[in-house]
Amino acid sequence: MFKIVKKEELSELVTSFEIEAKDIAKKAKAGNFFVLKIHEEGERIPLTIADFDTERGTITTVFQKVGKTTHHLGTLNEGDSISDVIGPLGRHSHIEKFGKVVCVGGGVGIAPIYPIARALKEAGNAVISIIGARAKNLIFWEDKMQRVSDELIITTDDGSYGRKAVVTVPLDELLRENNDIQLIYAIGPAIMMKFVCKTTEKYNVKTIVSLNSIMVDATGMCGACRINVGGKTQFACVDGPEFDGHKVDFDLLMSRQRMYIDEEKVSFERYKKKRGFNTLWKRKNQKRECI
Amino acid sequence: MEEKKPKKRVHMREQVPQVRARNFMEVPYGYTPEEAVEEASRCLSCLNPSCTKGCPVAVDIPSFIKLMKEGKFIEAAWKIKEENALPAVCGRVCPQEIQCESLCLLGKKGEPVAIGNLERFVADYEREKGEIQIPEKPKPTGRKIAIIGSGPGGLTCAADLIKSGHQVTLFEALHKPGGVLMYGIPEFRLPKAIVEKEVDYIKKLGVEVVVNAVIGKLYSFDELFNEYGSDACFIATGAGLPMFLGIPGENLNGIYSANEFLTRANLMKAYLFPEYDTPIKRGKKVAVFGGGNVAMDAARVALRLGAEKVYLIYRRSEDEMPARKAEIHHAHEEGIEFMLLTNPTRFIDDGKGNVCAVECIKMELGEPDQSGRKNPIPIKGSEFQIEIDVGIPALGTRSNPLLVSTLPDLKLNKRGYIMAEEETGMTSKLGVFAGGDIVTGSATVILAMGAGRKAAKAINEYLKWKYWDTRSLSN
Ligand SMILES: Cc1cc2nc3c(=O)[nH]c(=O)nc-3n(C[C@H](O)[C@H](O)[C@H](O)COP(=O)(O)OP(=O)(O)OC[C@H]3O[C@@H](n4cnc5c(N)ncnc54)[C@H](O)[C@@H]3O)c2cc1C
Ligand code: FES
Repeated sequence: MFKIVKKEELSELVTSFEIEAKDIAKKAKAGNFFVLKIHEEGERIPLTIADFDTERGTITTVFQKVGKTTHHLGTLNEGDSISDVIGPLGRHSHIEKFGKVVCVGGGVGIAPIYPIARALKEAGNAVISIIGARAKNLIFWEDKMQRVSDELIITTDDGSYGRKAVVTVPLDELLRENNDIQLIYAIGPAIMMKFVCKTTEKYNVKTIVSLNSIMVDATGMCGACRINVGGKTQFACVDGPEFDGHKVDFDLLMSRQRMYIDEEKVSFERYKKKRGFNTLWKRKNQKRECI
Repeated sequence: MEEKKPKKRVHMREQVPQVRARNFMEVPYGYTPEEAVEEASRCLSCLNPSCTKGCPVAVDIPSFIKLMKEGKFIEAAWKIKEENALPAVCGRVCPQEIQCESLCLLGKKGEPVAIGNLERFVADYEREKGEIQIPEKPKPTGRKIAIIGSGPGGLTCAADLIKSGHQVTLFEALHKPGGVLMYGIPEFRLPKAIVEKEVDYIKKLGVEVVVNAVIGKLYSFDELFNEYGSDACFIATGAGLPMFLGIPGENLNGIYSANEFLTRANLMKAYLFPEYDTPIKRGKKVAVFGGGNVAMDAARVALRLGAEKVYLIYRRSEDEMPARKAEIHHAHEEGIEFMLLTNPTRFIDDGKGNVCAVECIKMELGEPDQSGRKNPIPIKGSEFQIEIDVGIPALGTRSNPLLVSTLPDLKLNKRGYIMAEEETGMTSKLGVFAGGDIVTGSATVILAMGAGRKAAKAINEYLKWKYWDTRSLSN
């Protein structure tokens, strides 16, 4: 059992948990993820390790309530426990001094981009960060990102905060104006990562993305997470989750992410009925944004 | 003198095929005590029995059957457990027909004693009666052993070493121990409650089981030795890396590796969705590719999930199928449609990213290849398509590099499996033993158990003498 020691509502749909997991915290590095299973009947879902504290022996994760499991997760409180937490998984980010780098975090992807931006900053890079979401109430960790960035740009689709734009607009400008950008890191919904890669391809700047495919074991045993990179099938859980974005087949990734869309609906409806859940789901009719 | 006619084997009753093909309950019902005694009484109690020689863990078969004849079922179970910590599992999934039963004298003229069925009966009897005997704890030796992987290999090694008085910790990457017994072999062949009970027994012996521990990620190998203070280590991580066909369209939605399909169904209990959260595609028309036990299991699971049609597509003929005859028979009975001498060439997209058909080509058998099996050759122009909504390549597995890639000084063979001495499990790394599928490639439960047992013995020797010579491993 893994205890939740701190819960924070970062926005209406985005929650952060600090979870007691001493041994994972000891090993975690930027770019790693973990798998959790809430209870006996639960499914195994991968979540990024958004932060870790070796001294407190905790890892922090940020998730957006999209379906049954994440909504259920959101009902847990400080002091509650999660039955299984497995990690750290995946290859960690390759951090070195590159020079000038841009970190792009979209939606709940702001959380996993944070430890990477921090590590890049600590390694002596000049870090420009762009964080974006649909609206103001979905932006979080602005202060944290500010602390690890030399420059921070905020965008919202509806203009309710920062610049009214999608993240690729300022990114394109940056690339146009600075020809010394060595590397882009982008984490967010697949569609965002796809367009970030389209943008950076024009400037021929290496772009690393972190892929959030559906997973089961996350140890390379099943192949649920397979994706296509450079024409070759790869397992996101063990070969990634980070890949050279210019080689990723994002359409396949997005298609595979939708594989259980019907089942997810069934499961979520049943859950709501059982809980008598007055959910944000209906009110907001949010578009699915998965990370 | 009139020769006594050997009695016929007592048949184990089964669910009828049409019914069982739609549920996940076990196929055979098991013997009644009367049936068990009757079957046991067929044993000739040979003076020089050969059955035991066919058992990779050398269960004293004649002795346990003798106890059964006397109705001493519990004692019979304990007898088996002296050598085999997982009798309820082995009684169900071992290929007895090529092991103990193949050497039974009765088999020369008629049917051999149903040793597997008897083993299964006494193990179930003991469990149901709740009279599980825990042997007395031996004097602690103060030695620590780390075992990586909780499949049959790891479990057996753990059970043996704890009986020698060592402190044994079993590390498992998944959230439940049991390895393939838990995630691979389906409920209707091996109920998970039984695996759990057998694992419980091993815990009761004193083995500490740590789940959710991916070694190589959570703990490095050196930590197990240095920080955790292990004196020796046994690696039994299995061969879990799925193989795919390598044909176009294989990443479409609806295509599963057998490992994924079975893990969802078994470990995650997706057949109980939405009661359990893990989903699985319930295909109407399912094609499974391969001819081994794993393919049979996947096909029969697909059927139980409600498929109207399940095709088993295999590129050779039925004679070449590596699956157990009994499994092939079960699959036939349940209505799995065998498409032999057929090979898939590509999967076809329905335009929305889902598989809607598979294109296959007909094959003919040519000359035997290195393995002695006849080589299938495609027949030009014989392509045809079958409509499917789920496709499952069940082509076997390879060595999963997750752990071994963190151990550069551990010698691997060309196929990526760990090189280990057959009789001891000794590897090229001091104090590290290995066995089971990660050494042999996909094999059987009982062979993994045999390897676990040999390694336990060798570990005991090693702890005494600290002698390490693995020159035999140099290629
Ligand atoms: C579907 C299917 C059906 C089968 N049917 C039969 C049958 O009827 N009869 C039969 O005899 N055999 C059968 N087999 C084969 C048999 O199950 C295997 O040969 C046997 O389980 C191998 O045992 P093992 O102990 O080597 O490894 P496994 O059972 O594979 O167990 C290995 C364990 O190690 C864990 N692990 C891996 N890496 C790590 C790590 N880095 N850290 C921690 N843990 C790790 C895995 O999660 C797994 O739980 C079947 C196999 C499959 C897949
Ligand atoms: S999630 Fe199973 S192999 Fe990646």
